[in-house]
Amino acid sequence: MTLATRIIPCLDVDAGRVVKGVQFVNIRDAGDPVEIARRYDAEGADELCFLDITASAHERETLVHVVEAVAGQVFIPLTVGGGVRNCDDIRRLLRAGADKVAINTAAVHDPDFVSEAARRFGSQCIVVAIDARRVTGGEAAPRWEVFTHGGRRETGLDAVAWAREMVARGAGEILLTSMDRDGTREGFDIELLRAVGDAVAVPVIASGGVGTLAHLAEGVKAGGVDAVLAASIFHFGEHTVAEAKAYMAGQGIEVRE
Amino acid sequence: MSRIAVIDYGMGNLHSIAKALEHVSARERVIISGDPVALRRADRLVFPGVGAIADCMSELQRLGLDTVIREAVRSRPVLGICLGMQALLESSDENDGVDCLGLLRGHIRRFEGGADAAGRRLRVPHMGWNRVMPVAEHPLWRGIEPGSRFYFVHSYYAPAECEGVAATTDHGLRFASVLAAENLFAVQFHPEKSQQAGLALLRNFVDWDGELRAAMPRVAAAQ
Repeated sequence: MTLATRIIPCLDVDAGRVVKGVQFVNIRDAGDPVEIARRYDAEGADELCFLDITASAHERETLVHVVEAVAGQVFIPLTVGGGVRNCDDIRRLLRAGADKVAINTAAVHDPDFVSEAARRFGSQCIVVAIDARRVTGGEAAPRWEVFTHGGRRETGLDAVAWAREMVARGAGEILLTSMDRDGTREGFDIELLRAVGDAVAVPVIASGGVGTLAHLAEGVKAGGVDAVLAASIFHFGEHTVAEAKAYMAGQGIEVRE
Repeated sequence: MSRIAVIDYGMGNLHSIAKALEHVSARERVIISGDPVALRRADRLVFPGVGAIADCMSELQRLGLDTVIREAVRSRPVLGICLGMQALLESSDENDGVDCLGLLRGHIRRFEGGADAAGRRLRVPHMGWNRVMPVAEHPLWRGIEPGSRFYFVHSYYAPAECEGVAATTDHGLRFASVLAAENLFAVQFHPEKSQQAGLALLRNFVDWDGELRAAMPRVAAAQ
């Protein structure tokens, strides 16, 4: 195996500005997406993920300009998600320089949208984002359900079956977030990563719960994922991407130097 | 002013490759075009592509661009990227079997998946940063360490037995990650998304005048 495990910093963008307290030393403007993207690129990030959390529709267009500006200066893959609802949204983002789009709520509302998007743009650029919450406890076999709207709305869909269906419809990658762990800094839900990773052939990106570098390595070694996504451990300056890679390499995980 | 044209036939993200070329070009002008006249006037051609091979071939033929590519490889440097590399071979298993340009001998196959020696699952698509091992010297490798990582995303591959293999990569099996012949250099990975190594390769392409070396495979005669 010579394919490197990917480390993907994730940035929340609101009306064209990166939010959620990104803190870098020697950065002029902590909210500037281009400056932050360049920093992560220089540190060795393997991809970047931008999630648009803009509430108002007319400000969504600013994300397209953000992607354009970043893509003109940072030459690594860019995934963009948040509010991707139709093929026009996808076309606009790809034309602006995004390499992949992450589809979440719109896939639940209309699974045919994923089939259509994969047919028109190719599976390689269609990431389906799944927010999963554990619905069993105690001794029962673990089961997870798909939630939308930032984990607030249940769908009744089984997360593993949903992942399988999304791949059958053409998703080229699954971005899998544990809503139980998101924001807790207690580490990934390893059983969830295993269950989905065993069910599909496409790459799985683990997300939700990273608090330490050990958590990243655990996701790869115990969870079997191909990529790890993290926000806060990088944003708050606790660790650089380079430190994360050095740590993972020390754990015997193949990373891009 | 020297002109680099990115061939636009409706397949994929041409702006990324155009931006990367602009980034490494000092004097050259980068255009994106599907017009055979404009493409014939360019000094260098970039043939990108993502998506399905059947759409790729039918669009090339509909727009008359297959002929442009066949002519170009005999006279000017041409860089194929991803699907733009696969389309150069004779045929592909994708979409129930598709005839391609046939400029080099070989047949595109699908990754089987399975597991590697350590028991880790081999994912399909092959997505991420993998090592590229050149098998021979070439001007486009200038300043790039053998074994450098480039960004890949593809489910079909050119076998290591095809004609013109210039570099290989492992994903469960060894496949051709670069094909080269005369003026043609074609890569399975995305140099425009491969950071420093990718930009170095694009810069080398911009500086390359192509060559007709006896040691390299000749591209098949235009039909």
